[in-house]
Formats: sequence, C-alpha cells, structure tokens
Amino acid sequence: MIHKTITSQEDYLRAEEHKKLKIRFYQVALFVILLATWELTSSLHIINPFIFSSPSRIIKCFCDMIVDKTLFLHIGVTLFETLTSFLLVILLSFFVAIFLWWNDTLSHVLEPYLVVFNSLPKSALAPILIVWLGNNMKTIIIAAISVAVFGSILNLYTGFCSVDPDKIKLIKTLKGTKLDCLKLVVIPSSIPLLLSIMKVNIGLSLVGVIIGEFLAARNGLGYLILYGSQVFKLDWVLMSIVLLCMMAMGLYSAINFAEKMYLRQF
Amino acid sequence: MQTTLKLTNVSYTYYTKDGETKALDLLSFSVKKGEFVAIVGPSGCGKSTLLNMIAGLLTPTTGQILLDNKPLSKFYEPIGYMLQKDQLLEWRTIYRNLTLGLEIQNRMTPENLHRIDELLKAYGLYEFRNAYPRQLSGGMRQRAALIRTLALSPQILLLDEPFSALDYQTRLHVSDDIGTIIKKQQMTAILVTHDLSEAISMADRVIILSRRPATIKKIVPIHLTISGKRTPAKARNAKEFPEYFQLIWEEINYDS
Repeated sequence: MIHKTITSQEDYLRAEEHKKLKIRFYQVALFVILLATWELTSSLHIINPFIFSSPSRIIKCFCDMIVDKTLFLHIGVTLFETLTSFLLVILLSFFVAIFLWWNDTLSHVLEPYLVVFNSLPKSALAPILIVWLGNNMKTIIIAAISVAVFGSILNLYTGFCSVDPDKIKLIKTLKGTKLDCLKLVVIPSSIPLLLSIMKVNIGLSLVGVIIGEFLAARNGLGYLILYGSQVFKLDWVLMSIVLLCMMAMGLYSAINFAEKMYLRQF
Repeated sequence: MQTTLKLTNVSYTYYTKDGETKALDLLSFSVKKGEFVAIVGPSGCGKSTLLNMIAGLLTPTTGQILLDNKPLSKFYEPIGYMLQKDQLLEWRTIYRNLTLGLEIQNRMTPENLHRIDELLKAYGLYEFRNAYPRQLSGGMRQRAALIRTLALSPQILLLDEPFSALDYQTRLHVSDDIGTIIKKQQMTAILVTHDLSEAISMADRVIILSRRPATIKKIVPIHLTISGKRTPAKARNAKEFPEYFQLIWEEINYDS
C-alpha cells in the first residue's frame, strides 16, 4: 500500500484500524491455509494419514471421546494438576522470596543453591521423584512445581530487592518498621511483577505437568499423548496437542485479563 | 525564643570496603523555634547526611543532637521529613497516601483525619483526594507530599531539596506555596538546597558548608526589606537579595 498523507485524526484512526484488520486477516488466513493443506495432503495420501492424522480425523476423534466421556477425565486431570501446581508455585515463591528479602544472610546462603536448581533440567529429576513419591498425582504436581518454582523465587526476590530505596526511606522517615516497608511498599509495588511471573508460570506448570504425566500417570492429556504414540493412535496424540494449545491459550488469557484489570485502576 | 534543635560537634564518617570517608566534621549550630534555616554547600558535601542524622535515620559518629535538650530517640519524634521527590505511592489514592504516616504510627484518630481534610481543602487538593498520584501535576504532587508530612503535626520540618525534581516554573510556584505554608504554621524548618536563590528567598539564616569533610564556613542571617508579609516571591525582589546572593556564591566557591 502506498503511504497516504494523514491529515486528520479520523484518517489516523482509520489507518490504524486498517492496519489492525490487515494483521488479523493474515493471521486467520495463515491458519486456514495450514489446516487446508494438512487436510488435503492427508486425504490425497500425499502424507500418510495414519501417521500424520488430519484435522477431520482429529475432530472425529474429539467427538467420539466426548460421546464416550473419556475425554473429560483427561482434560480435567491435566487442568487440575496444572492449576494446583501453579497455585502452589505462586504461594511458595511468594513466601520464600519474602523470607529471602527479610533475611540477608539467608539469601546469600541460599543463592548458589537456587541458581543451580534453576538451571538444572527438571525433567532429570522426574525419574527420581517417581521412585521417591510413587506412580501418582503427587509426583506429577511436585515435578510441575520443580519446573517453575526456582525461577520465580529468583525473579520475585530480585524484584523485591530492586524496589526504589527512596520509597523505603520514606517509610522509615514516617517511623515505619521493616514489616511496614514490606507491607506498604515492597509487596504492593511488586504486584505487576508478580502478575507477569504468573503469566510465565502458567505455561511452565503445564510443561511440568506433561513431563510428569509422561512418566507417572494413568489419566491426563500427557498420558494420552504418550500412550497414543505407543499404540500408534496418532489421532489421540495430535488431538491432545491441540487441546493443550487451547488450554495454554485459555489460561494465559485469563491471567492476562486479570493483569489488565489490575493495571487499569490507576 | 528557645532553642529547639541543637547540634554539638557532630561528625559523620562512612565506612566501606575501600576505606573511610569523613562526610561531616565537627558541626555545631542550633535552630530556634519557628526559624527557617537553609543549608547550602558544594554538591556531595554531606548536606543530606546531615538531614538524615537530624531525622534519626543515621546516628552521628561523634557529637550530639539535642531536641528540646533531650537526645533524639529512635521512636516517634515530632520531626517531618520531605524527600527530594514526592515519593507518593502510585497504587494508593491521594487520600490513602496522606494517611500513610498515621497508619504506620497507629494514629488514625478522627481528629487527625479531620486535620488531613482541612489540609486538603486549604491547599486545593480536596477534589483530588480519590485520584491516583499519576493524575496530578508535579506541583500538586509536591503539595500532597507536604500534607503527608504535616499530617503528623511535626514541630520541625526537614526539606531535602524538595523542589529539585520540578521544572523551573513549577518550582518557583511550589516553593512560594510551601514557604508561605511553613511561615503561616510557624514551623521550624531546615531546608537543604543547592539553589542559592531558593535558600535566600525562604530562609531566616543560611548555613554555608565547605567541601567534604564539611565544616560550617559561615552562617549568614538574611534580613530583607519587604513590605507586608514575607513570601519567597517577594523576597526575590527585595533590594538586598543580589548582595546576599553574591556573598554566599563567593563563600561557596572560593576556598579560603
């Protein structure tokens, strides 16, 4: 498109609106093209529909599993595990970060441990967790927590420490204690950070839950993916992946919405 | 007039890994009740350190600070402190920002809250009490910060370059406002600034500090011929103003 000179506010708004529509159009178009190509190549046997499945097979598989009601259990289990571990990660990292902020010696003592555990690939821990905790949901939730918790502790603690020192000084000039600093400045000013950490963590919890379900589960989408690939029911696998995409998007949008609501009040 | 604040041989030394830095060296001066004292000096000479000690945030390495002949206690003192920036908490409404000190000190009594309402009305912020700080102009925010300090009914007000974050126009305006408020309330005030005209226009006495380690170079009493009530704006137009400016300027810049 040739750039037109913008001469009025309406022109500007129209141009912006146009740009937004264009982007949305291409996004949808790309999606449709990908799906159509997949469907077409699969039905013409250019790719093997048994291995690659196809959108129509996935939808059919989805409807069948809705009818026999097995899908609700899998989705429910994965969702429950994800939300539980997510909440536990947030609570745990919040309180640990507060302890670390409160006690300077403790934070120095624990820092190398946190750094090591944060960079450790957590999937390496999963087999040990099974041995220790057994082949059950506890293992999955602990595995999911271990994926997200160290990073969020470090992030949150760093955030607590980078609170404007002049704000702390203000509380002290008003004769406030350390608890006042925490309550009135450190925590409230870290809420935007906490919300953005939550956005990252909801995804990480899902990753952790799937890792856990690969190893120790009899239900859940992770289990369905692993079991499906073992018995060559690729429809199950791909359907589960699509459902995971939707779940991830839904959870992320929920927190994103909460964040927008929070930030809008100021 | 009785002395409210008295400093005797106060020194302060910072200790770091790289060594010790003597910031202030044997300062002695006193401030009378209702007096407005300005402290000027080269940048980095320890002016803020001095205020932090008077506020009780730092303890002098040597020497003594007496308030009404009693040493400063760690707990509540009738000393208010205004910081360089307004430091309003963005997530609280103006009203809840102003009650911050009362909240911390558990003094949310009806009288004290009534006082905040009065101050809000007096300084033209009453309609903005439910707004968030972001919605206020720089000058209004600074006035809000002053009310937050006054809400605790301090007898001594410490001002640490409270106008330095404002642009020049607002600065003149706000310093005039706040100077007038302080005079009207007959408060004792200590202003730290690097703006000499601000110091001369607001203060009864100007204390000039030397380079670090800071000692008192000179104390200049300011007497200006002004018709009617003294305000900072009128003070700037007094005929003695340039002479004082020249005197203090030379005192700061020429090392004896």
